[in-house]
Amino acid sequence: MSADNAAPKKMSVSDKTMIEMSGVHKWFGDFHVLKDINLTVKEGERIVIAGPSGSGKSTLIRCINHLEPHDEGRIVIDGIELTEDLKRIDEVRREVGMVFQQFNLFPHMTVLENCTLAPLWVRKMPEADARDLAMKFLERVRIPEQAGKYPGQLSGGQQQRVAIARALCMNPKIMLFDEPTSALDPEMIKEVLDVMVELAREGMTMLCVTHEMGFAREVANRVVFMDEGEIIEEAPPEEFFSAPKNARTKEFLAQILAH
Amino acid sequence: MGMEDVSGRPRMKPGTSRSPLGWARRNLFSGVGNTVLTLVSVYILWMVIPPLLDFTIFSAVWTGTTREACLVPDAGACWPFVWANIDQFIYGRYPPSEIWRVNIVFALGIATIVPMLIPAAPAKRFNLIFLLVVYPLIALVLLAGDRPGLPPVPTSEWGGLLVTLVVAVTGIVVSLPLGIVLALGRRSSMPAIRMLSIVFIEFWRGVPLITVLFMASVMLPLFLPEGLNPDNLLRCLVGVALFSSAYMAEVVRGGLQAIPAGQYEAARAVGLGYWQAMIGVVLPQALRHVIPGIVNTFIGLFKDTTLVLIVGIFDLLGQVRAQLSDPNWTVPQGALTGYIFAALVFWVFCFGMSQYSNFMERRLNTGHER
Repeated sequence: MSADNAAPKKMSVSDKTMIEMSGVHKWFGDFHVLKDINLTVKEGERIVIAGPSGSGKSTLIRCINHLEPHDEGRIVIDGIELTEDLKRIDEVRREVGMVFQQFNLFPHMTVLENCTLAPLWVRKMPEADARDLAMKFLERVRIPEQAGKYPGQLSGGQQQRVAIARALCMNPKIMLFDEPTSALDPEMIKEVLDVMVELAREGMTMLCVTHEMGFAREVANRVVFMDEGEIIEEAPPEEFFSAPKNARTKEFLAQILAH
Repeated sequence: MGMEDVSGRPRMKPGTSRSPLGWARRNLFSGVGNTVLTLVSVYILWMVIPPLLDFTIFSAVWTGTTREACLVPDAGACWPFVWANIDQFIYGRYPPSEIWRVNIVFALGIATIVPMLIPAAPAKRFNLIFLLVVYPLIALVLLAGDRPGLPPVPTSEWGGLLVTLVVAVTGIVVSLPLGIVLALGRRSSMPAIRMLSIVFIEFWRGVPLITVLFMASVMLPLFLPEGLNPDNLLRCLVGVALFSSAYMAEVVRGGLQAIPAGQYEAARAVGLGYWQAMIGVVLPQALRHVIPGIVNTFIGLFKDTTLVLIVGIFDLLGQVRAQLSDPNWTVPQGALTGYIFAALVFWVFCFGMSQYSNFMERRLNTGHER
């Protein structure tokens, strides 16, 4: 990973609370996916959420921008409580960017149009400004030369970097990553992780569901381990990897670090 | 197939020849089954094509001003019957002195729709607004009249191709947006809206169009309060539009179902509202998938306009039938001539729509998608 270039910048964490989840429960029919989730994230914090598949990791971060409504408990994002109030949901979504496992780029639009759509339609930005903004972020993810292409013409890694740029174009305060590298061929994982590491260095508040434990070691302030809908353990990466407390955490780490 | 020589022509398997005889052997007589099918097809074509050509072209009567011209022995189609009645076929009983108004509506319609259909033509948004808002108003004022300088022409005097086009265009223009709204409604997460959409769609899909037209024309006036008696043609227009909207809704819903949920979620996640996500992200992809189905519905609708005949409105086909009973033109081959003419006109419109949809599909499929 790219820890080599210069000393890692100090990644500051402020005292401001960006995300507060307290007593959050969610059910899919009879299935209790989230059980009493309590999680506080400060501005500038980078949280990695790990756990076996089906443990509710994705559902948890999808609750943060209300792609999944929660059934019980409180979720407050940057001072805005998520309720069924559609206006507030839209407000929160404007501040929270999301990157999906399957990229979910809009295939009928060029890379540039993918990035400018929300600034134009949601922020009502003038076209030239939206274009400049999009190009700025496409340069940040090192892909400006592909601006005129359609997503179908790009590799998986390139598509995921475009997806990150698209989310950044809304100037979000929080970025959610839902297994951003799981659908990528191995040789493309690094290019996406590099972009995410850079983003972390710039002080972005990030929640990342991932199996990339190297990434967790390098940038996370905390690793949150989930199993069967519960947060089992929460610790800084050094502690989490070297001295896991819970038996299930140990078992998970043994499996994931075995190869 | 990938093998090509330097000239760019596909290289052929050795032993095959490029001659017509070789082509025929490969494609028409490659086995017993194929040979039998080829012979049967040739026989059927031989039975049908020569008599048809003979009737419509070689033995047909092309000139003349009265029925006597067509009363020669062994005469084919009586085209003078069509020439003599062409005004009725196009305008129905619209007063001849006012026909210029219909012609303006036709010309303006062509001038608005053609640039709309050509992808390279500029100002699509303006064009669309003109087509959907301004043009219908102009057409209504010109056709119905009752304005200074424009004497009223009641819809009972409209007929022929004019009525066919009015019904079909109204049906098409209303059914697409209404069908989209119904399809979205049927997939809505709000139970009330979903139920309403389902009930609406299933009601209109469950009744035959003839029933709809009868209800609109005969039953509806019984339910409406006295004095409120909307025009017969208008009632049929509403009936046809709602009827085809239900079909359109199901076609569009098929397209919506083909779009992965991730597209909608991604659109919402970047902050787009429901309608923005639908209009900007989901519908452009969904509608592209179902162009053949949409055009299929349009073509069906265009041909179904002939059913308005049963409530006393004379569309093109109805007008042709009406002119058949004209004593000045009772000739034995009159009916066949009239029906062939009507079929030809319908075929030109429907084939045109079908070709345009093929063109759009090819255009939209150039290298955009995975």
